[in-house]
Amino acid sequence: MLGFLLKRLISAILVAITVSSITFSMTFLSGDPAIALAGENATPDDLQAIREFYGYDKPIPVQYLNWLINAVQGDFGHSHYLNQPVAHEIFDRLPTTMTLGLCALTFALLLAVPLGVVAAIRPNSIVDRIALGIAVIGQAMPSFWFALTMMLWFAINWGILPVSGTATWKHFIMPAVALGYYITPGVMRLTRAGMLEVLQSDYIRTARAKGASKFSVLFKHALRNAIVPVVSLAAVQFGFMLGGSIVIETIFAINGLGFLAWESIQRADLPMMQAIVLVLSLFYILLTFISDVLNAWLDPRIRIG
Amino acid sequence: MPGLTPGSGLDDDMTDTNLDPNAYSPGRLMFRQALTHRGLLLGFFIVASVVFVAIFAPLLAPHDPYEQVLSRSLIPPIWSDHTDVTWEHILGTDHLGRDYLSRLIYGARISLMIGFSAMVISGIIGTTLGVIAGYFGGRVDMVISFFITTRLSMPVVLVALAVVSLVGSSLTVVIWVLGLLIWDRFAVVVRSATQQVRGRDFIASAEALGSTTPRILIFEILPNIANHIIVVATLEMAHAIILEAALSFLGLGVQPPDPSWGLMISEAKGLMFFDGWLIAIPGTALFFLILAINLLGDGIRDVTAPENKA
Repeated sequence: MLGFLLKRLISAILVAITVSSITFSMTFLSGDPAIALAGENATPDDLQAIREFYGYDKPIPVQYLNWLINAVQGDFGHSHYLNQPVAHEIFDRLPTTMTLGLCALTFALLLAVPLGVVAAIRPNSIVDRIALGIAVIGQAMPSFWFALTMMLWFAINWGILPVSGTATWKHFIMPAVALGYYITPGVMRLTRAGMLEVLQSDYIRTARAKGASKFSVLFKHALRNAIVPVVSLAAVQFGFMLGGSIVIETIFAINGLGFLAWESIQRADLPMMQAIVLVLSLFYILLTFISDVLNAWLDPRIRIG
Repeated sequence: MPGLTPGSGLDDDMTDTNLDPNAYSPGRLMFRQALTHRGLLLGFFIVASVVFVAIFAPLLAPHDPYEQVLSRSLIPPIWSDHTDVTWEHILGTDHLGRDYLSRLIYGARISLMIGFSAMVISGIIGTTLGVIAGYFGGRVDMVISFFITTRLSMPVVLVALAVVSLVGSSLTVVIWVLGLLIWDRFAVVVRSATQQVRGRDFIASAEALGSTTPRILIFEILPNIANHIIVVATLEMAHAIILEAALSFLGLGVQPPDPSWGLMISEAKGLMFFDGWLIAIPGTALFFLILAINLLGDGIRDVTAPENKA
């Protein structure tokens, strides 16, 4: 187990370093970053001053190392727009995005897991067809359009839910549904497939034979085993969702990391963009690492193989 | 249909005395299965219609999609009970008085073109990496798997938005950015499909015959994993179309005045509370196109590889 842990940890760190270098190289996508900052009509002196201030005059590998060393210490640089450390703003906004992500994940699991279980009990029944239909529709619906349509009906036409913002828990309902619905199909399919497999196994037959109730067989014996891959998928999808929350947060004016990313893109605030990409990627790497370890811990075949 | 699965053709070929031997050829069989697969047929029909509309857009569109008639702006579609409705603008007009149906028709071109081009780029990258990783295994596989993991760790929408905003938005930029970002599923699927194929006897015999490695990869392995590639290709095309719509919706994809479905929704965003159909029409079009491509992909998977049915 320790060997597996160490191997996975090293690979996670290598991935993180590679991601950081890709993120850093975004600096040079728009040409000379100093000109981008100072504008077309800047004097050579101004440019020189900017280059020295931001360290653009140093060789690129040195710049990268400086940036990386600072980032590791929690210093992601200085925002070009807000005139304060990038990290400060990011950690300010992170809780909102996490709340949204967790709400969305809860919604997705509450919808997908029971549907998957019910679909697996009677494969090819009407319930199974409906569940499959929900999955197929979920995959085809662009989340931003779904969000706007919900907004139109629930907030404007019927006035049940608030339009946008984050003031109360009610404000999180539509964004969480819009964000969570997108990952529902994957979770549902995996739950269904897992349950179908588990329900064929010997210990389920034993449980049935010894007279365990239907409910107990399904939820105590079967789901417990089928849920393992679902949990690890959910962890990974949670990372995806945080990355995708930029669209939803922009639509519902939710003051989270995604909205901050959107604002910084519009302000051409490069250090902020880089930091957000890096933070979200690191979070994803962390989640996959945790889910790998969790899987290996629960299923010994993975650590050995 | 026992005995009709492509894998068990050997026994059947021996006893084809009173049956049409053609009925057992895998191609015929697949075709017959495809004709009875409702999802596949529906998906194919919708995709084919959209492709047709996109190709013949100049002939089908009733108006110039760019022509603005400000005096005739925001006419509701024909099924609305509003007094302004006119058969001249079946789907109404947008805030600049441009015919909505014509913009929708030309928008199909942009969606399909971006979706298809981005899919081809990502397909070439992903398939190449996947075949190499799957065939060689060992260290090569480790390095390529590492690239795949790295790619998966980066949030697609965010990176695409950031890169497009830095480089500057245009059709070509959007295609390349999406193409360079979404190759991961190709690589993952092709890698595992190649791993399954490479242990087969015909690969060993090709190696024994002295075929060069590129020849084995291209002429022995690729044709045998083609069905997997086609399935991923359809799904990734749908993915690319959704991403383009999202980018255009956020203002960093297709630029006005070009008609893109995502951009149409974005332009109507401010007016949607008064004229809901402005977002309903392009949104529905987007939904049905993506639904159809996904149905087509799932259908192809069911027909070509029944064992992979989820």
